[in-house]
Amino acid sequence: MATHAPIHAHAAPQGFIRKYVFSLDHKVIGVQYYFLALVAVFVGMFLSLLMRIHLIWPTASIPFFGDIKPETYLTLLTMHGTIMVFFVLTTAPQSGFGNYFLPIQIGAPDMAFPVLNMLSFWTTFVAFVVMIAAFFVTGGAPLHGWTGYAPLSALPSAGPGEQLGADLWITSIAIFCVASLMGALNFITTILDLRAKGMKLMRMPLTCWAWFVTAILGLLAFGVLLSAGILLLLDRNLGTSFYVPLVVVNGQIMGHKGGSPLLWQHLFWFFGHPEVYIAILPGMGVASQLLSTFSRKPIFGYRAMVYAILAIGILGFVVWGHHMFMSGMSPYSAFAFSVMTMAIGVPSAIKTFNWLGTMYRGRIRFQSPMLYAIGFVSLFVSGGLSGPFLAQPTLDIQLHDTYFVVGHFHLIMGVAAIFGMFAGTAYWFPKMFGRMMNETWARVHFFITLAGTYAIFMPMHYLGMAGQTRRYSQFTEVAYQTKLIPLQTFMTYAAFVTIGAQLIFVINLFWSMKKGAKAGDNPWESTTLEWTIPSPPPHDNFGGHIPVVNHGPYEYSVPGAPRDYVMQTDPPMAGVHPS
Amino acid sequence: MGLALLALIWLITFVSTYFFVAKTWWLLPGASALAPIIDRQFNTTYIIMGVVFVAAQVSLGLFAWMYRDRGTATKVNYSHGNTTMEIVWTSLTAVLFIGLNLVGSPIWAAERFAPAAPDSVKVEVTGMQFAWYFRYPGKDEKYGATDPKLMDPSSGNEAAIGLDTSDAASKDDVVTGTMFIPVNRQVDLTLKAVDVIHSFFVPAFRFKQDAVPGLAIHMHFTPTALGDYEIACAELCGLGHYKMHGMVKVVSQADFDSWLAAREAEKQ
Repeated sequence: MATHAPIHAHAAPQGFIRKYVFSLDHKVIGVQYYFLALVAVFVGMFLSLLMRIHLIWPTASIPFFGDIKPETYLTLLTMHGTIMVFFVLTTAPQSGFGNYFLPIQIGAPDMAFPVLNMLSFWTTFVAFVVMIAAFFVTGGAPLHGWTGYAPLSALPSAGPGEQLGADLWITSIAIFCVASLMGALNFITTILDLRAKGMKLMRMPLTCWAWFVTAILGLLAFGVLLSAGILLLLDRNLGTSFYVPLVVVNGQIMGHKGGSPLLWQHLFWFFGHPEVYIAILPGMGVASQLLSTFSRKPIFGYRAMVYAILAIGILGFVVWGHHMFMSGMSPYSAFAFSVMTMAIGVPSAIKTFNWLGTMYRGRIRFQSPMLYAIGFVSLFVSGGLSGPFLAQPTLDIQLHDTYFVVGHFHLIMGVAAIFGMFAGTAYWFPKMFGRMMNETWARVHFFITLAGTYAIFMPMHYLGMAGQTRRYSQFTEVAYQTKLIPLQTFMTYAAFVTIGAQLIFVINLFWSMKKGAKAGDNPWESTTLEWTIPSPPPHDNFGGHIPVVNHGPYEYSVPGAPRDYVMQTDPPMAGVHPS
Repeated sequence: MGLALLALIWLITFVSTYFFVAKTWWLLPGASALAPIIDRQFNTTYIIMGVVFVAAQVSLGLFAWMYRDRGTATKVNYSHGNTTMEIVWTSLTAVLFIGLNLVGSPIWAAERFAPAAPDSVKVEVTGMQFAWYFRYPGKDEKYGATDPKLMDPSSGNEAAIGLDTSDAASKDDVVTGTMFIPVNRQVDLTLKAVDVIHSFFVPAFRFKQDAVPGLAIHMHFTPTALGDYEIACAELCGLGHYKMHGMVKVVSQADFDSWLAAREAEKQ
């Protein structure tokens, strides 16, 4: 609600370059982020397919790719994790959907800093190019895992891919951090300063709350990762010893002394744990929005939902040590970290209860956005409930660095977050492109994908309990692990089917952009501001006038109201819950 | 559509739960003093989480079907929530989660907060790409000096960890590639790594600890059953991570003594 001349106002550009490439329009930038993530997710998924094939047929030769050696497997694993975490899970839910819909949902014509917004996208793009370049340099991409633990990541002689490929990997992440910091500043400023008249904080859709808290997490976390990455580059190239003590690799003394390998882990996880919430909070926001909309019922416990998001944001910064119970850090600190970690389960449980409470005694419409949102809740519950195992150091002794962990984080920050993106895509596609997605194919895609992801990731919990260690390229060397190969085989077949089904989604996406049925302004009969304007929205969103907000975001089935929904901009009305 | 959703969610729930309950794939049989205690905590957690898992998924499926849009027949409850219920489930979850954690914490303390018993067997574990070495201090109960300049992994054992034979305390040190320990006696471990981080994981002992370059980490545990147990490296350490495998042989005290004596004799 700035009183000075708004710096975010800018005229609609005319040329192709300024309109679609170096655009200042938050909607174009949002779409750019979305498609960058779409490319990245297919790269990441292809890498996981190669991994699944190698695990079952270690000697198989892949057409156009060649043999997968154990070190190739570790390269695939590193790049799969990095690309998915940074360029998919961080990029699409926050920078993609957030950029597009945050300004519209709060009634602003654009983000607070459009030029910064454009810069942050193109910086992310450069980071992605640098990351992909790591595949093509001498020695190939690094093999140190997405967590890049030093000294493995700090010593070029510690393995293949640890030379130029590792430098590019770190550089890419550093560039990505800079981009994310720019994005975070922009989101926070926009929410604090550009809300329309009547859009009180406690009237914001829960999606906006999620993007807001995610941006704060990003602002505090990416700066630390950036510093950590720079120190790692210095260790690798300028002979410093932040992370490396005196070590001997294959009989050769390296020139380092006095550094601490645990320092990297502390810095990395200080970023890494909030990053989990950066990935999942926007999905929680979308799920809340959709469960209310399609149950035709106000969200259960709006305030509790807001407080839960805030609690998750705050607690998210004091739990990083639960990744390090086995690292050699003080066993006393494990107590503190585990209590805080168990505590963060509480707001997560509150959210789940409230989602069920929202559906309870509603009138549920099973359009595809709702299916994905229900899928999100199911996956969130399944992935969340393995958390209290890992949060207890006593049980983590057995489960740490096994497939149990892999199953846990794939369900919750991987697939649940991706279901959040599917839900967001299905829900907002008509607004973004003015056409509807094909409903039948969306449903087919939903059912195969939900069943398929469970078939891939649920067995990982069994494997982990049986002691199957992660990041093993073959299971032939450890006798008790060879017995688990049949289950791994099942998972590979499930992965084939599930990955194949993603073609349905992407074909539906592009087909519907051209051929889908025309969408009206408000095809889902939703209440938030984006549904008051044309599909797709004009350049300045609200056609020069700024909306006035009179109601909370989730007023469905208000007794006595003319329709079963009251839009946020509808005139004040008797019988509507005050907010 | 509601019914299809219910069917799928319930199917996933029951199939997943079946394999947990049937223990088709499960923890390896425990063989250390702490294993049964850890397993009990595991079971408690798993029953609580299992009940919550089934309850949440079953209600999700059920709600989807029960409250499907049936036109005018469906009456929506215009409600914004219920503060009492929020307080109830918040406190319940807090007590349950944090309580579970507190119950488990003495187990964590057992191997970590107190030093090993004086009569324990001392073994130093060294991880390097991609092998484990085990050092016994000999009669003097002292580990001799090692020197990074002397490390020669291709020669194995004493040479691999760079044992400095000019140190008097080194004379009776024994280094092996397989770990021998006597049954029912506490083992006082010192964990080290020479190049990158490795992790000493023996699933049957419910034991795992990273070995970190620059640190000497002390841990102790007590094996309780004779037999051979596998060690699997549990921290990504490079291209040979998957084959950084080792064996622990738990033998009787008499067998242990004669094995160590033979190894000492071999060295002279």
